[in-house]
Formats: sequence, structure tokens, C-alpha cells
Amino acid sequence: MAEEHNMRRVTAIKNGTVIDHIPSGQALKVLELLNLTSDTSVPVSLVMNVPSKKMGSKDIIKVEDRELTQAELDRLALVAPESSIAIIRAYSVAEKLTVNLGEEVRNVVRCTFSNCITQNPREPLPHRLRVTKTDPLTLRCHYCVRPQNLDELIHNLL
Amino acid sequence: MDDLTNEDIHSILADAQRLLPVARGETYLPLLEGKILGNLFFEPSTRTRMSFETAMKRLGGDVINLGDVKTSSVVKGETLFDTIQMVDGYTDIIAMRHPRQGAARYAQDAARVPILNGGDGAGHHPTQTMLDLFTIQQSHGTLEGLTVILAGDLRYGRTVHSLSHALVRFGCRLIFASPELLRMPPEIVEDLREHGADVTETDDLLGNINHADVVYMTRIQKERFADEDEYAKVAGAYKLHARDLDNAKSEMVIMHPLPRVDEIHPSVDKTRHARYFEQAFNGVVARMALLCRLLGIEVPAEIGGGDA
Repeated sequence: MAEEHNMRRVTAIKNGTVIDHIPSGQALKVLELLNLTSDTSVPVSLVMNVPSKKMGSKDIIKVEDRELTQAELDRLALVAPESSIAIIRAYSVAEKLTVNLGEEVRNVVRCTFSNCITQNPREPLPHRLRVTKTDPLTLRCHYCVRPQNLDELIHNLL
Repeated sequence: MDDLTNEDIHSILADAQRLLPVARGETYLPLLEGKILGNLFFEPSTRTRMSFETAMKRLGGDVINLGDVKTSSVVKGETLFDTIQMVDGYTDIIAMRHPRQGAARYAQDAARVPILNGGDGAGHHPTQTMLDLFTIQQSHGTLEGLTVILAGDLRYGRTVHSLSHALVRFGCRLIFASPELLRMPPEIVEDLREHGADVTETDDLLGNINHADVVYMTRIQKERFADEDEYAKVAGAYKLHARDLDNAKSEMVIMHPLPRVDEIHPSVDKTRHARYFEQAFNGVVARMALLCRLLGIEVPAEIGGGDA
């Protein structure tokens, strides 16, 4: 019941993507990761810190008229790995998706170490962070092997 | 080093052992004839670059050098990726040193030929580690279960970081002796302990010498300290004189990646413990073994001439 009630905080969308179960307070970072903060013309609704049975409290994002791809969603692994995603077509759920962390986070963020070879923006090889542990999420740069601070990492979005 | 298993390391050390007469010039063994090594030193290096060059030439191979970075295409803003594309076409194997950490792995991803890391930023220096391990094994007949003191600048010295990780894999007990300011970075100590290491941190070098099988000295740089007085006050405790060794174990060895300034007094050179000049020479055999391995050339089980 609580769930249904929360969903009514914003109207149902006709077509697009709903990202649910985002950890409370992370919705803005999710928007940033999905490049939905700036020059985007699609309507975006944001709900933050609503009660959730599963998580205590959570954030929800609804993106209208845009179906996010799996590759885009996988970028969320850094801040909202447990989120559940629904692709909406004609007001009903057409597809359910989850975030895949995989073994490597590729071309999502730049290594946080100031002397890493990848700090030169002209170097063309992909930015690669290896997942060394999933719980808690632990990442190391593929090149310099430095462990990454997740709070800092989020400021290094590509 | 992480790419190698302990067995791989043993096998490389055994190859290095057999190559000793070749490194000494007592036997000519042109295993790498027709091969070209590209020396890419984006940072100054004397020992590492020269020992790569010697290793290649003793095995009948040839060497080309990047030359002075100040006059090369790097200064014009060429990316490492592009430099590697070019040298990759000219050579069969590349040895490199670069100021940025991760440069060697980056280069390996960009290249077709194998890359040997001769040091990148404060990161790894695996060929130095290999020659250090070789020297320790040569002195003690084993790498297992030794007590090793690493002393001096443990914060910035990349050789001690790589070496600590390697020694822990062989169950060595580590004693880190350094001034407070130059202690081993806590994330490295934590990492070593997670791998089951027995690590002691202390500021007392001389008081621990009697327990050690190996004392690995490093240079403390004056620039690390706020002023000359502070340096003089602290650094004195990390200098070795022959008289400090009276109660050391007889087979204890003193190593140093060189160049030394005054952390090892010349009086130590004549003691049975001094091993740093052999260690520098061992850079050649260790690098010969690595060059052969990465080029897929097997080192013969028997090498004639000289006495290994």
C-alpha cells in the first residue's frame, strides 16, 4: 500500500523510464550519471526521501519519452546498484531492468588519483576501474591500481 | 609483479642464476640476437636504463633509446599512446620509466610488443623487485620466512613498496623502520596485513638489527624535511656504520637500491654484510631473465663457461 501511495506523488507517465529504489539522497547523482541535468528536453520528475518498505526511505526518478538503455543504466552501479528500472509504454510496464555492475566500470568516471596516466585528457584509451569487491563496492584503477574513494569518484564523471 | 605467481618468480630467479656467467661476460650467449629493445625513459635513470641495455647486449640483442625527453616529440605534447604506437613498430620489446603511475599498464594496452615497467610514478618498480629478490635468495638460499628490515624513506620509495608486497608472498616478517614523517603509507600496511603479513612499525633501526636476515636501506632526502636541522635530527638514526653491526647475525645482508648518500658509511662496504654492489650487478641478470621470458625465449638448462 505504501508503495502505491508513493507512486502517486507524481503522476504516472505514458512513455519513458522509471528508476525506483534509489538510495535516499542519491537521485541528483543518478541524474548526473545519466546526463539528464543539463540540455535535455524531456520532462523529468524527481521524488526524494519517500518511505520505502524495502529500504526505509528512497528516491524515485521518472523520465518521460525516453527509454534508457542497459549501457546507460549500468552507469548507476556506482551510486544506485540496487535500483529497479521499468520501461513504460502506454502507461504500463513493458520491460523490467536491473543495474549490472560487471567486472569493470568502463568510461563512466576518471580515476581519482592525481598522478594517474589517465589524467591526461588527450590519452585515448578507455577509463577502466576494476571491481575488486562488491559489498562494500571497492574499485581500483586498471592502470595505476590505486583504490578509489567512491565519494570523490562521483565528482569525476566523464 | 601481481601478474606473476610465486612459481613464476622462482623460475625467473632460476633463469637469472644460470645467466650469471653471461652477465659477467664469461660466456657469450646470443639468445636475443636480432631482437631490438626500445628504452623509453621519460624520467632520468642511470642504473635501470644502463642495466637493461647491458642485459640486452650481453644476450646479443640491440637497443634503441628514446633520448632526452626535452628534445623528443613528448615535449611537443605527444600522448603516451602515440609514442608507444611508434616505438612498437620499431622494436620487439619496450622497457620504460614514466613519471605518471599506471603508465606501464597503459602502454601495455596500447602496444603489440611486451612492456617491462622500469618504474612509474610512485607506483611499481617490478624489475628492481626481481633483482632484490634474486639478491636475497642468493644470500640466504631461500626467500621463505626471513626477517627483513626496510629502513629510511618508506613513504616515497617505490622500491620498498613493491618489495614489501613480494616478500609477504613468501611469508617474510617485515620490520619497517622510519621516521614518523616517512612511514610506510597506511593503505599499504593495511593491504599487507590483509594478506597475512607480520608487520612491525618502529622508529628504531639500530635496536632491531640483531633480529634481521636482511636490512634494506633507502636514502632519506633532505627536501622531505622543513629545514636542515630537522633533517639532521631525524636522519642520523637511519645511518649505518660498521660498528653498528657487531651483534648482527653473521649471514645478515645489507642492501640498498643506490645511489646512497651517507646512510651507509663506507666502513660497511668491507664487512661481510654489504651486498649493495652485487645487488646493482644483479640488475643485469634479473633483467636478462625477464627479457627472455617476455620474448618467449627459453633460457637453456645448462649454460657452459664460468661458474654460476
